[in-house]
Amino acid sequence: MNKESLKLKVTEYTAKVAKSSVKFPERTNLYYNRLYTPLDLEGMDYEKDLGLPGTYPFTRGVQPTMYRGRLWTMRMYAGFSTAEESNKRYRYLLSSGGTGLSCAFDLPTQIGYDSDDVISEGEVGKVGVAIDSLADMEILFDQIDLGKVSTSMTINAPASVLLAMYIAVAEKQGVGPEKLKGTIQNDILKEYAARGTYIFPPKPSMRLITNIFEYCAKNVPNWNTISISGYHIREAGSTAAQEIAFTIADGIAYCEAAIKAGLDVDDFAGRLSFFWNAHNNVLEEVAKFRASRRMWARIMKERFGAKNPKSWMLRVHTQTAGSTLTAQQPENNIVRVALQTAAAVMGGTQSLHTNSKDEAMALPSEASVRVALRTQQIVAYESGLADVVDPLAGSYYVEAMTNEIEAEALKYIQKIDDLGGAVAAIEEGYIQREIQDSAYKWQKDIESNERVIVGINKFQIEEKPLEGLLRVDASVGELQKKKLAKLRAERDNVTVNAALAKLEAACSDENVNVMPMIMEAVKTYATLGEICNVMRKVFGEYQAHATL
Amino acid sequence: MEKHVRVLVAKPGLDGHDRGAKVVARALRDAGFEVIYTGLRQTPEQIAEAALQEDVNVIALSLLSGAHNHLFPRIVELVHDKGMTDVLMIGGGVIPASDIPALKAAGIAEVFTPGTSTTSIIDYINAHVQ
Repeated sequence: MNKESLKLKVTEYTAKVAKSSVKFPERTNLYYNRLYTPLDLEGMDYEKDLGLPGTYPFTRGVQPTMYRGRLWTMRMYAGFSTAEESNKRYRYLLSSGGTGLSCAFDLPTQIGYDSDDVISEGEVGKVGVAIDSLADMEILFDQIDLGKVSTSMTINAPASVLLAMYIAVAEKQGVGPEKLKGTIQNDILKEYAARGTYIFPPKPSMRLITNIFEYCAKNVPNWNTISISGYHIREAGSTAAQEIAFTIADGIAYCEAAIKAGLDVDDFAGRLSFFWNAHNNVLEEVAKFRASRRMWARIMKERFGAKNPKSWMLRVHTQTAGSTLTAQQPENNIVRVALQTAAAVMGGTQSLHTNSKDEAMALPSEASVRVALRTQQIVAYESGLADVVDPLAGSYYVEAMTNEIEAEALKYIQKIDDLGGAVAAIEEGYIQREIQDSAYKWQKDIESNERVIVGINKFQIEEKPLEGLLRVDASVGELQKKKLAKLRAERDNVTVNAALAKLEAACSDENVNVMPMIMEAVKTYATLGEICNVMRKVFGEYQAHATL
Repeated sequence: MEKHVRVLVAKPGLDGHDRGAKVVARALRDAGFEVIYTGLRQTPEQIAEAALQEDVNVIALSLLSGAHNHLFPRIVELVHDKGMTDVLMIGGGVIPASDIPALKAAGIAEVFTPGTSTTSIIDYINAHVQ
């Protein structure tokens, strides 16, 4: 290749096509009518910047054989109404080819309120399953062998309690904690910044998280103690680079907190996991995934001095972008999800949830969730995308984009470091403002028609609302209230109160790991609300200020 | 003459999805309305009280958690109890079409569902605010 000659040709080409009238929103540095050539990869070193899959810096994937060895886990997020109903859905998904479980809890559960709390009125069972105590958890996993299936639980502020319940249910099944495989989301920082299901202030919340890291390192070694999440940050409106930057900044904060609490980085880092969004722009998403792996590997090795290769690996669960799905012409969402699935697979995800066509209107019906699962299976078995490891490596465009997203993300991380870290950046409102600005721009671009959303601002039709939507009505709340009354009447309230008192004492001492006390409380059938109220009493509640 | 419009954008209940509420609040502000955003976790009582204290002409409720059938009518009730009978109350979020008639009967003037443009909300307020 004659470099100078190619440079000249590209310059001429760029000048010619600059007159094209098609405008593309979004990326400021990369113009879509631009052509990518070997010139865009100058300075890259294959060994240093890419390497082989399964070796540092893991740009090409965290496992050597990726899907040739084992497909990503098809892990469909599910849960609604009562534990009985959700259990049915979990068994339906497993029998339909789902290969891992993922629990959605209702808002009262996520925010540590019992179903009979005043604040829970109207909310019980609506966005996920209502879990008030270990009794509900036992029903949730009825006929499901926790020694054989891995489970992810989307629970943050009260993650310690739900983890304790899960361990307790497994114990009853005869499965020891050392055998358990799964994840708790347990990522409080993004709750403050983007998702909203916080309970306690940052300091005690970080303490709970590091307690969990320590407890699991000793007792539940095959468990992912955290799912450091960018999905929600992206859903809140951030760009791709912001998604990984803010998430990795959160990850840095968790590592620093754990090390400050006395843990060695290699004791916990191998069990950190991540959660990305799979958005519309297929190739940008692939680049984002690759950039994130390289960034994390270098941060863990160079910034934190981790020695175990497992500590350097960014293992990720992915969900297709819910916010891109429309209420208008919902069948189109199946197409969107298929493209997003392709992005996640070419990006090298370890597990995947695909949204259903009714996403914009309700929780998935059985019929629509089946299509969403089939989407993954079709990509896995029919498309060929799973047959080659990191198939887009070497693409001039994808490698250039990987570099560009990494550079942009590193700038954000530097800014956050300058502010004093993720916790400070969130308290100052920096991360929230950045997300909001991106969200506002996105909406403005749609309304000015610079960004086309099919069915919304182009190709609209007159249509009737979709029928057959899943509905959760108020009777669920009434049912849970009755269950709670029965539970409180039948359990041994003396042992409950003794356990809660022990928990309160433990919470009050910063040097104590509270997990054993939570385990004990959970087994007495203390309710989630009762346990969280003890923690509220000691830790206080987070006071959010609305930043607009 | 331009009306002096004050809007309370509120998030009732436990729902933490605030992208839409914030985008709408900002768009309304850019359109010249005075906007007060309550932030998350507002009880019906807090919303009604804020509306009174801020002397608003419009209350815009955002909810994506499915609790709208319980919370929206309750908020309307409390707002009316406080003597604010002229306030324009609108809602938005993940609200099935089949729920809208009942919400309107309860006093929510209009419900804006996914895909709505901010311009249509601004136009609606300008056309209906008292």
